[in-house]
Amino acid sequence: MTPSKISCRQSFSRALCNIAQKNKNIYVITSDSKGSATLENFEKAYPDQFVEVGIAEQDAIGIGAGLAKTGKRVFVCGPASFYSSRCLDQVKVDVAYAHSDVKIIGISGGVSYGALGSTHHSLHDIAVMRTLPGLAIYLPCDNYQTTAITELLANYSGPAYMRMGRNPVADVYTEASGVVFMPGKANKLHEGNDCTIIAAGEMVQPSLGAAMLLEKEGIRVRVLDFWSIKPLDADAIVSAARETGLIITVEEHSIFGGLGAAVSEVVVQTVPVPMKILGLPDEWAPSGSSRELFEYYGFTAEKISDQIRSLMKCKQRK
Amino acid sequence: MYSVEQLKYISTDIRKKIIEIAHSAKGGHIGGSLSSVDILVALYFNIMKHDPSDPSRLDRDRFIMSKGHSVEGLYCVLAKAGYFPEAMLSEYGKFNTIFYGHPTLKVPGVEMPTGSLGHGLSIAVGMALGAKRDKATNRIFVLMGDGEQAEGSIWEAAMAASHYKLDNLVAIIDNNNLQISGHIDSVMRLSSLRQKYEAFGWNVVEIDGHDFHQLTEALNTTPWKAGMPNLIIAHTIKGRGVSFMENSASWHHKVLTEEDFERAMDELNHSEKEAI
Repeated sequence: MTPSKISCRQSFSRALCNIAQKNKNIYVITSDSKGSATLENFEKAYPDQFVEVGIAEQDAIGIGAGLAKTGKRVFVCGPASFYSSRCLDQVKVDVAYAHSDVKIIGISGGVSYGALGSTHHSLHDIAVMRTLPGLAIYLPCDNYQTTAITELLANYSGPAYMRMGRNPVADVYTEASGVVFMPGKANKLHEGNDCTIIAAGEMVQPSLGAAMLLEKEGIRVRVLDFWSIKPLDADAIVSAARETGLIITVEEHSIFGGLGAAVSEVVVQTVPVPMKILGLPDEWAPSGSSRELFEYYGFTAEKISDQIRSLMKCKQRK
Repeated sequence: MYSVEQLKYISTDIRKKIIEIAHSAKGGHIGGSLSSVDILVALYFNIMKHDPSDPSRLDRDRFIMSKGHSVEGLYCVLAKAGYFPEAMLSEYGKFNTIFYGHPTLKVPGVEMPTGSLGHGLSIAVGMALGAKRDKATNRIFVLMGDGEQAEGSIWEAAMAASHYKLDNLVAIIDNNNLQISGHIDSVMRLSSLRQKYEAFGWNVVEIDGHDFHQLTEALNTTPWKAGMPNLIIAHTIKGRGVSFMENSASWHHKVLTEEDFERAMDELNHSEKEAI
C-alpha cells in the first residue's frame, strides 16, 4: 500500500473546514494547538467559529461545554495525552456527565510524538475514557475513515472522543469502496476462520498486512477494524470467538484497559476462547520515532504474523 | 420587581426550607447555603431574565452554581421561583430521586452539573462567549466560593474572560471566609481577591452579600465598564440567619440534631415575623 501524502489530522481539518462552511454552529477550540491539529486554515476561514484559549486544557474543555450549551457543536482539539489526563475531571463532569455536545479530538495519540517521550504519549487514554458513561470513542485508521468519522461527529449531538495519529498513514480504505461506518459496528476487512485480529487506529494496517502474509501460508485470518471502541460491537466479538476460536487484539495503547481489555471483557462473559493482547507493556517507552517504537514493540505485519503462527501452533496442539 | 422587604421575607422562608430539607436528609451543606441564599434570591427574583415555565428558552440569563455543594439553597430557590413544586423538595436526600447532593441536569432550572470545584467559571466563559458571538444580550452569572479560588482552573478562566472582553459575564464570590477545614487564610491565603482579579483584567466591586439594596444595585448595573468582565465580591457570613451556625466552619457539613433543628426553626420563625 502507498502511504498517503497527508496524515489523519490533516484529513480531519479538511473535512471540518468543509462542514463548517455550511454549518455555522460548528466551533473549534484549541489550546495553543492549532498547529499540531493543522487548524490554521480553519481559523483563517472561520474566525468567528474558532476559539483559542492558550495553554489551558481544563479551561478549553469547560469553555467548550459552556459554548455547547448555547447551541454550538464544539470540537476541542489538541494533544491526546493532555486531553485525556490534564483535564480529565472536566471531561468527566462538564462533557460526559453533562452530556454536552463536545467532541474531544485527541491529536497525535499513542506514541505519535515518538522521541518527545512519555510526557507526550497517550497510552492511557482509551482506558480512561472508556469508563465515562455516554462518551463515544472512535479511532480512525486512515484518511478516508477520518473524514467519514468527522462527518459522523458533525452530525451527532453528544459527547465523543476521537483519537488519531500524527504521521502520514497508508490507505486502508479507498473512496471507491464507499464503506459506511456506523457507531458500534466493526468493519470486517479480511475473511477467515482460523483466528481473528481485532485492531484499531494505526494498528489496522499492519494487522491487515499480517493477514496477507499468513494467507500465503494457508492460514486464514479474519481482520476486524474496531474503529468504534465505544459503543463496542459485541456481536462481532462473539462471532469471532465462536467461528475462529482465537482472538488477537492489536492496539497502540497500554495492554491495560484498552481495546484488548474491552474485547476480553466480552469474550470471558460469552464465548471464552484463548486471546492475546498486543499493546505497549507496563513500562515507559524508550526514545525513538513512532516507526522505531512500532518495530521495537512488534507492531509490524511481520511481527504480528509471527505471533499468530506461534499462537496457531498452540491452538492446533489442543 | 420585588421590594427589599419582600426579598427579605422570601430569603427567610427559603432559609427555613433549607433547614427542613437538610434535617430530613440528615446531611447537606447548610453553612454555605445560608451564606449564599440572599445572592440567589436577588438573582432569581429581581435580576435574571428567566422563565420557570420554559427553562430552556434561548434568550434567558444563565446561572451556574460553581460552588455546587451549596445545593440546598439552589434547590429551594428554584422551587420557590416555580421550576418545580416545592413539595418535591421532601425527596431531597432520598433514594433514586432527582435531588442529588450536588446539582444535576435532572433538576429543572439547573444549567450544568457542578460539585467538582473550579469548573463553573470556564463554563460561564463559554456561555458568555457563545452569547457574544451570537450578538445576544443575555447575561451569564456564576457563583463561586472563596475557598474554591484555590483551584487553578479558575485563573485560566479568569484570563480568558478578560481576553475575550466578556462584559456580559458576572461572577460573584460568596466570601464567607470559611471552608471545611477552617478559616480561608489558614488553609490557603487568598490575600486580596480584588487585586488578583483586577490584575487579570476584571472590574471588581465589593458589597455586603446580605444587603438587598447593594446586591440589586451591583447586579443591575453591569457591565460597569464596556469590554471588562464583572466580579462582585460579596462579603457574607457562613450560616447567616441562625445564630449558632454563624461564622462556624463546623456547619459547613454538620448534621442537625433534633435540638439544633428546633432552635434554628425558632430563630427563623422569629425573623420571619419581624420581616412581616
